[in-house]
Amino acid sequence: MCLGIPGQVVAIVDAAAQLASVDVCGVKRQVNYACVLEEGAAAESLIGVWVLVHVGFAMSRIDEAEAQSTLALLAELDELNEEMDAIKASVAGSEESAS
Amino acid sequence: MRFVDEFRDPQMAEALLQRIRPLVDKKVQQLGRPLQLMEVCGGHTHAIFRYGLEQLLPEMVELVHGPGCPVCVLPMGRVDDCIAIAEQPNVIFTTFGDAMRVPGSKKSLLQAKAQGADIRMVYSPLDALQLAKKNPDKEVVFFGLGFETTMPSTALTVLQAEKEGITNFSLFCNHITIIPTIKAVLDSPDLHLDGFLGPGHVSMIIGTRPYEFVAQQYKRPMVIAGFEPLDVLQSVWMILQQLDEGRCEVENQYGRIVPPDGNRQALQAVSQVFELREFFEWRGLGSIDHSGVRMRDSYRAWDAEKKFSLPNVKIADPKSCQCGEVLKGVIKPWECKVFGRACTPETPMGALMVSSEGSCSAYFTYGKVNQDDQIPAEQVS
Repeated sequence: MCLGIPGQVVAIVDAAAQLASVDVCGVKRQVNYACVLEEGAAAESLIGVWVLVHVGFAMSRIDEAEAQSTLALLAELDELNEEMDAIKASVAGSEESAS
Repeated sequence: MRFVDEFRDPQMAEALLQRIRPLVDKKVQQLGRPLQLMEVCGGHTHAIFRYGLEQLLPEMVELVHGPGCPVCVLPMGRVDDCIAIAEQPNVIFTTFGDAMRVPGSKKSLLQAKAQGADIRMVYSPLDALQLAKKNPDKEVVFFGLGFETTMPSTALTVLQAEKEGITNFSLFCNHITIIPTIKAVLDSPDLHLDGFLGPGHVSMIIGTRPYEFVAQQYKRPMVIAGFEPLDVLQSVWMILQQLDEGRCEVENQYGRIVPPDGNRQALQAVSQVFELREFFEWRGLGSIDHSGVRMRDSYRAWDAEKKFSLPNVKIADPKSCQCGEVLKGVIKPWECKVFGRACTPETPMGALMVSSEGSCSAYFTYGKVNQDDQIPAEQVS
């Protein structure tokens, strides 16, 4: 029950009730945006923003820069591994040809 | 799906596992025993089983499935209270689907519904508020449960009811808080945990700072983790790095969702509507001080505890049920006397078998027992 699902705000439906239409995997649902709108900011500024939706509420903005930096770190690990594999393979290969 | 598929890449999972394996070997050699890491949150338990992460990790890493499934820790007396409300005339009782099968002392909400009580599953507390608007001659009660993740949604729904002057809506508040729970786990004498995977979605509300005591007082590493396979594996790797370097810190793997200070608007709504209870009763764990919240008196008009007279009877867990020991990691689910026999997801006795986030249900459903634990398949299926 504590899981959330990412969605993108497509329109503001009812500013008084703080409801936006959010596209979650192609399905649009009304979601309350009270927790992701900074005080004083216009509701329209949320359009296009990715949010984490939990029980009908947008509970957090998805920080794209943070997501990309985590993915970049993982990609780097993967590349390093590939390089290590290549080095190991070349060492094994040269040992093989030497014997 | 954005930022979901990317965190399920098997090649990157292998890259992480290559980093994890040598660190586990080294630490296990130093300690002379397996490493024990607890995932506090039921959402992580679910992800670990769903993606078979425990089988991917080295054998010497034991994942202890913690108390963070709100449905699982709900005591029977509270379920009885729900049913007492639901069976009143003129009441529509609304709940998240997860809670329907939780056994009370005589029956579950699902059984009460079958016997004619008007009990409806909703996706959001806002759906319950809509029902109240559509049925002005009925009292619509929403069963609020969950940790800090879910608290803002019920608080904001109550605030919305107040704003719109909807008086036939009320909340039966059973929310619980994570910090006293983690403390209770850490104070348990029969526990040997080496580190924690911190709950991702509770933390998007409360931030990372409230966990500092885990690192500072209890000297355990904690990494706030996301819920995709790579999130969990990367978090395990981060804990292992801390152990390897002799550090104890609260780190945040789930930065794309969790800001260090949490969500200010959400916390504001929560503190406006709720206040701490002196204690709250947990299934399996007993009473934990300050581990639950109730509605402030200024919101009594929307408080089901004030609107209805409740039996409020404390009911002991069934004697054969060992949910408490499983919750603390003292025994494994399949070591419970009734696991897979008297207690199954279809007819649960203990709460850990009820929710898909409960560790017994996860073990039962994903059949890990068959592989590792020499229980013949016919006994568990």
